[in-house]
Amino acid sequence: MIPIMHYSKERGDKMSKKSEVISSNKVKLSASSKLFYAISYSFIAIITALCLVPFIVLVSSSFTSEQYIRFHGYSIIPKEFTTDAYELIFKTPITIIRAYGVSILITFIGTVLGLLLVSMTAYVISRKDFKYRNAFSFFFYFTTLFNGGMVCTYIFYIQYLHLKDSLWALILPGVFNVFYLLIMRSFVSTIPTALIESAKIDGAGEFRIFFQIILPLLKAGMATIGLFLALGYWNDWYNAMLYINSDTKYPLQYMLYNLLQQTQALAKIASQAGIVVADLPTNSLKMAMAVVATGPIILVYPFVQKYFVKGITIGSVKG
Amino acid sequence: MEKYLKSFTHELKKNYALFLMIIPAAIFVIIFSYLPMSGLVLAFKDYRFNLGVFGSKWNGLENFRYLFESGTGWLITKNTILYNLLNLITSQMLAILVAIFITEINSRVFKKVTQSFIFLPYFISWVIVGTFVYAIFNYETGMLNNIIKGFGGDAVNVYSMPGVWPFIICAFNAWKWCGYNSVIYIAAITGVDSETYEAAGIDGASIFQRIRYITIPCIKPTIVTMLLLQVGRILRGDFEMFYQIVGNNGQLFNSTDVIDTYVFRSLLQNSNLGMTAAASFYQSALCFIIIMIVNAVVKRIDSDYALF
Repeated sequence: MIPIMHYSKERGDKMSKKSEVISSNKVKLSASSKLFYAISYSFIAIITALCLVPFIVLVSSSFTSEQYIRFHGYSIIPKEFTTDAYELIFKTPITIIRAYGVSILITFIGTVLGLLLVSMTAYVISRKDFKYRNAFSFFFYFTTLFNGGMVCTYIFYIQYLHLKDSLWALILPGVFNVFYLLIMRSFVSTIPTALIESAKIDGAGEFRIFFQIILPLLKAGMATIGLFLALGYWNDWYNAMLYINSDTKYPLQYMLYNLLQQTQALAKIASQAGIVVADLPTNSLKMAMAVVATGPIILVYPFVQKYFVKGITIGSVKG
Repeated sequence: MEKYLKSFTHELKKNYALFLMIIPAAIFVIIFSYLPMSGLVLAFKDYRFNLGVFGSKWNGLENFRYLFESGTGWLITKNTILYNLLNLITSQMLAILVAIFITEINSRVFKKVTQSFIFLPYFISWVIVGTFVYAIFNYETGMLNNIIKGFGGDAVNVYSMPGVWPFIICAFNAWKWCGYNSVIYIAAITGVDSETYEAAGIDGASIFQRIRYITIPCIKPTIVTMLLLQVGRILRGDFEMFYQIVGNNGQLFNSTDVIDTYVFRSLLQNSNLGMTAAASFYQSALCFIIIMIVNAVVKRIDSDYALF
């Protein structure tokens, strides 16, 4: 008893000495530390500003009058404030509501399907008593090392799976992602195997164990992967460009892309609103559309950021 | 063989439910990843739409010969590799710098707020990034020309200057991935035992020495892994980035065309699909070989750093 006390006392002394040294270091910052902090604060501040400025330009341009933009270009501070562009968008909101609908639909279905597939598969390949877990893991992992590439995939999807102009073409390609599978596997591996074994002894079937015991414990993992999936679907425009023809099936991002590229899309909005194209506030309209398409992400961003940080951190550690 | 089959049926009986659970994903991967690979035979065929992939005639290496003799093959390979190297170096360097500086900053609020904003570009689609590029560089209303004119200069048409696009692309790539990559490095740095730093502090190490001799060696495994992952993708261009930043701008193809954008363009124009498939095949195969070689070499040097 006594030696331990003695030891911890000595240790305590050491600790306090250590922290004294450190705190005295902090009080008297050396010249090199001062320089370092000056550099680090200003560097981070500059990078932050660079990350923010484009967003500010986007928002303030969407509120600037067309006349001003035409003569003076886009700028950081909104000048000649107007809400013309937004009024135009929400005057005949049918195009944008439809695009929102498509985006919400594919995001919802894709995320639910993806979560089910990824969590179930991750559970099976982390079951140590499943003999073929490594074989299956490799079978999945191999697709990240080698794949057919854009041409084969495109031709196969269109000629053999008949996905042209189908909303499934927006959902299915992104549903099962091996990177998410690996992240989910490390979430599953934190669940003690004793839990599964005792449930088995109590006579629970495999599906029951998975849905009633494992899934409730996977909440953090499901939230993380679900958000990754949802972000991917929400931001997708590539699959729409490849597979979707009819503009009633355009998701939000692809509609926005078309608006930026083509005057046709603009002309459609003009005719719906009953004005001539020349009177259209083209420049601010583009920016306003971008704001409307990104809005939901920026709104939920502060609440979901931590899940992404978690997912990325886990993903970067080899499983 | 018989023994193997027996153990398989035994496993199937014992864990039939687990098989049922993994089958959907397995079927999914077969349909959406493995079966499309069969289309790679196109690279060796003279593709005719009416004959289909498997009905078209074989033509050996003709597609590959044409791809490289026309010069396109070399150009897009060169561009892809150069862009990836440039992007790899700049984006990782920026992320490492940001991570080191952010972890050294004492103010919690400053740290949190700046980190959130730096992470933000990761969350927006490349379409929005394309909008930014347009808002900054377009000739009539772009912010750049706005500023140049403000100083009394003449407006420049950036879209007719191929030389500057590598820098623009590289800057936006680093910008978009900075937050994401720095999250990884920040996690690595905070994983370093704080006693090491305290000991260094007692020994009178300056802040620069601490970073040079503790932080950087400690995050070296992370840096190596990140580099390896990127080197494995050295022949894959980030299609979404190139397409949204540059678009279908013929004037810039010489300096901005990568394998992926070339393949996509020929796919849409339906021009010589065999040659396109050849480019695609060449990319996939070479990528696979590079990953295998890099991984094998790394495994020999230090198996802790290997990817698999």
